[in-house]
Amino acid sequence: MLTETIICGFGGQGVLFTGKLLAYAALYQGKELSWMPSYGPEMRGGTCNCSVCLSDEPIGSPLVNTPDVLIAMNEPSFDKFESTVKPGGIIFADSSIIGKKSVRDDVTCFYIPSTELAKENNLTGMANIIILGKVIRECSDRLLGINYDMIVSAFEKIIPPKKAALVEKNVNAFKIGYDYK
Amino acid sequence: MERVLMKGNEALAEAAIRAGCKCFFAYPITPQTEVAAYLAKNMKKRDITFLQAESEIAAVNMVLGASSAGVRTMTSSSSPGISLKSEGVSYLAGSDLPAVIVNVQRGGPGLGSIQPSQSDYWQATKALGHGDFQLIVFAPASVQETVDMTLRAFEEADRYRMPVMILTDGFLGQMMEPVSFSDETPVIEEKEWAANGHKNGRKHNIINSLFLQPDELEYSVNERYKRYDIIKEKIHEAEVYKCDDAEIVLAAYGTTARVAKSAVNQARELGIKAGLFRPKTLWPFPAAELKEACKNAKTVLSVEMSQGQMVEDLRLALDCRIPVEFYGRHGGNIPSPDEVLEQIKKISERSL
Repeated sequence: MLTETIICGFGGQGVLFTGKLLAYAALYQGKELSWMPSYGPEMRGGTCNCSVCLSDEPIGSPLVNTPDVLIAMNEPSFDKFESTVKPGGIIFADSSIIGKKSVRDDVTCFYIPSTELAKENNLTGMANIIILGKVIRECSDRLLGINYDMIVSAFEKIIPPKKAALVEKNVNAFKIGYDYK
Repeated sequence: MERVLMKGNEALAEAAIRAGCKCFFAYPITPQTEVAAYLAKNMKKRDITFLQAESEIAAVNMVLGASSAGVRTMTSSSSPGISLKSEGVSYLAGSDLPAVIVNVQRGGPGLGSIQPSQSDYWQATKALGHGDFQLIVFAPASVQETVDMTLRAFEEADRYRMPVMILTDGFLGQMMEPVSFSDETPVIEEKEWAANGHKNGRKHNIINSLFLQPDELEYSVNERYKRYDIIKEKIHEAEVYKCDDAEIVLAAYGTTARVAKSAVNQARELGIKAGLFRPKTLWPFPAAELKEACKNAKTVLSVEMSQGQMVEDLRLALDCRIPVEFYGRHGGNIPSPDEVLEQIKKISERSL
């Protein structure tokens, strides 16, 4: 099985890091994967995205044109990628920032006010982790079975020991998204 | 071996350190900069020298100096920077010096773009500088292969005393994939020809590419070409995928080979007999492997991020007996598997 994901938003929202978390979680499960950032003359406040391919077999083309899963963190990115999602795919949108709903009727959509949830919980800047919590809750099966525990252990592995305090904050944010109804 | 997640550029830099590269000289350029950044970050604890030169030309000439002194050395850049290094690469070849040159290709000509491209194929395989000379050119298609080929590049450079190129691109350089490193330390032989310190223990060695007597220059080039003949016999590598019964053989290297492979798999699902030929060495070009891969082929389709530079080598290798067609995107665009599949379908329908 191959699952292609695009994560997109403003530079500075942690879009690339969210992709890396998925990638590391898959790595530690012995899966095949690729992570590709959009690179270019991009900066804080500009748009930014990354593609993550997860598979049980070696990845052919690591380029994602039609994602199975889209995680959109701002409106320009939502507009750009909404139409590219495969029929039957899933869209996750940060509804605190994206004021519209998808016009597609052949995909499943989840709207999570992750930026607001982050502010309310004193976790500013962690909207990306909150939305990832919802993603893992709703489509773990599509993401090769990557589950709550696997993401938590990925935090523990990739956050360096001298920033250990961040593990707890990330897990808190992740749990808020995971439990959001 | 433990699998770690790394960008192609970082993995290449790590592989260079493990290959025993002691001196690294470069000037920053996107999308190659992570190679230099990784080496700069690691130089103290790994006991290597990293120097950010004042220009690409200075960097390649520092490589010439370090190589003359007998140490493993490397420089990396991206397309416009490689053009600047071309003079130094010619001097390296003319002086019979080993070195590893990395080109993380971006769009051209001119400053072009900073997005991935494969439009330096001609430059790498035909004429990276003036004079009669060749480089061995490795073309990786994954982060793991980037690592393996970096180790190989240093070995072949030393073995044949010549510059070796790793031709990758912005996509492979920026992409992260799982990769593992061997713990083996390479055995690096003492270079008896090196112009290094010897406390008057022997006659001094001279590193030189200037021969004012025509016969001397002719002799030195002829000797080099005898070595090239040996290299052509020994180094010619390719991946051949589903070509046994293939009527349409796609030819692609590096990033586009990944795309082409996906397209081949989709074509097979539609019942089209397609296969993929992926050269891993671009010079020497794996001609015998191509002929074997094309034994049942009616059409060859070259897929590149350029205007079709590998097409000529394919035609030559096949003695023009099988038509070679071309599909490519460039300027920083990457062909999608669907676009390539469309081309396969067109060829297939035409031949019905």
